[in-house]
Amino acid sequence: MSLNARSLALHLGLVAVLFALCFLLPTYHQGNLARIMVLATYAVGYNVLFGYTGLLSLGHAMFFAAGMYGLGLAMQLGGLSPVPAFAVGLLSAAALSAIVALLALRTIGVAFMIVTLMFSQAAFLTALYFGAWTGGDEGFVIAQASRQIAGYDLTNPTVRYLAALAVFSVALLMTGRMMQASFGHVLIGVRENEERTQMLGYDVYRHKLLAVIISGTLSGAAGAAYALLFGYVGATFASVQYSIFPLLWVLLGGAGTTIGPLIGVIFMFYLIDYSSGLTSAYMLIAGVVLVLLTLYARTGLMGEVRKRWVPWLP
Amino acid sequence: MEFGPHLLLAVLEGAVGAAVLALTALGLSLVFGVMRVVNVAHGEFFMVGAVVAWFVADTIAGHPAVGFVAALIVAPLVAGLIAVLVDKLVLKQVAYDPEATIVGTIGVLYILQQTALMTYGPEPRPVEAPFSHRIALPWFEWGENGLAMFYPWGLSITSYKLFVIFAAATVLVAFWLVMSRTRYGLIMRATQLDRETALAFGIPVQRVYSIVFGLGAGLAALAAVLIVPIQQAYYLMGAEPLLLSFIVVIIGGLGSVRGTVVAALMIGMSDGVISVFLSPTLSKIIATLLVALVLVFRPQGLFGTKAA
Repeated sequence: MSLNARSLALHLGLVAVLFALCFLLPTYHQGNLARIMVLATYAVGYNVLFGYTGLLSLGHAMFFAAGMYGLGLAMQLGGLSPVPAFAVGLLSAAALSAIVALLALRTIGVAFMIVTLMFSQAAFLTALYFGAWTGGDEGFVIAQASRQIAGYDLTNPTVRYLAALAVFSVALLMTGRMMQASFGHVLIGVRENEERTQMLGYDVYRHKLLAVIISGTLSGAAGAAYALLFGYVGATFASVQYSIFPLLWVLLGGAGTTIGPLIGVIFMFYLIDYSSGLTSAYMLIAGVVLVLLTLYARTGLMGEVRKRWVPWLP
Repeated sequence: MEFGPHLLLAVLEGAVGAAVLALTALGLSLVFGVMRVVNVAHGEFFMVGAVVAWFVADTIAGHPAVGFVAALIVAPLVAGLIAVLVDKLVLKQVAYDPEATIVGTIGVLYILQQTALMTYGPEPRPVEAPFSHRIALPWFEWGENGLAMFYPWGLSITSYKLFVIFAAATVLVAFWLVMSRTRYGLIMRATQLDRETALAFGIPVQRVYSIVFGLGAGLAALAAVLIVPIQQAYYLMGAEPLLLSFIVVIIGGLGSVRGTVVAALMIGMSDGVISVFLSPTLSKIIATLLVALVLVFRPQGLFGTKAA
């Protein structure tokens, strides 16, 4: 099998396994996995920028929140039905990421991280400032009755699971395909050696710009899906913590691997789920994992797997 | 209150904030300048300072001043020691790689914050000021009988707040003297200018890094001890000084100490003054966006030179 066929088979196999799990898992874990897949979509989006292009953003929560508020406000205030509202969410995230990309890409390295952090903080404060519409810290709930697509009730656990799977599969297969195309190869070139890629005649700036927009829009899709499937929109999802999470997931699962983001989210989700039963200070786990990853496993779980056993892992 | 006295009050309150901010931001700027490390956990060292101050003041019975003086010594030491440990166990191990240190210090941020939550608890607690006299301030106005002096209601400051301004200024001057007049300052400046050459001249760069990282954390903790009788010690209190310090260091020019102090005064004062007239959230939005744009269009800061 060629490399591309192998990775396609891996991705389709993963989707098939996730589909089967829908009918095998007990209700509690089915619900968890639905949430995990939506968050993994966010992580897949983050991975496009951090894992493949090598740009570390500390402000992706603003894109997630743009999708979330785009959909939520369109349904709540605009009275739109879910599908057009989802489109509004995607467009908001795409527009925001284009603006941020145009400004932030003028900087590099540490300055890029701080600029994205600052923009995201401003977005978070904006959500709080317009509390009359956004509900500020407390957020708002999207009515159960309106969360239906073509007669399917998205609040039903099985339907919700399959909808989450659909969103995640699209994101996974899309990025998988993108990384096989020459566009993806140029992104990796930018990560490995920006000057050389430039010298070879590629338009580095245009590729980075598109990477930010694709990454931001995928994150926004995850935010919109989260609001639609779980019926809640709140400023917490725009806070710094939600910019740190995708970084943590991707680092843990393996930056620059297609399935790493999902693996990272599964691990972190159950680690936090388990420890929050023991103590209210569950973010301690996140801190310890971040430090340990920095020290001992810079390539993450899937990165180690690729290094040791499966060199073709996409 | 009339507009004039109101503005004076805002300026005084702003000066207290600016004094504390200058100390905190100086720590961040020192670490960035000498080590080229962005310490995202800086705000948590501030928090550790405040929390330790509460523990010390709580343990020592007697006059509040005794506990306060003890806290002034103990809290920066504790924060500094933790920072030296972080430097040895984390930063040194990743060879001060910029991205790895940011991710690592984010981890340290959560570890410190959540440890405080587990040991100190979720509720904010006050520390008693060593002394606190209300000082009414006079206001002059040109009235019917010529220049008249009177004491408008509400225009006052406490002696403790004046002490905070004075203490912060003293520390800033002392820091400047150490940096510009002593051998230690010379060593730190040499390391900042050129790490390799410093190493070649026999400067123990690794030890300088540890000390600088500890000193930076100590400055943040000292600022926290000064402010804790006015605010309260709280496990989430680190976010605000971190963000403000970032703003100050960016405006002042990354790694420039003089710029940092000037910017801290500017930001602290305008923060106090603006938040009297605008909603605090709106003023923060404007400030954050402005700073992001400064970093985009003038990465060397408003006062920094191109080379820095």
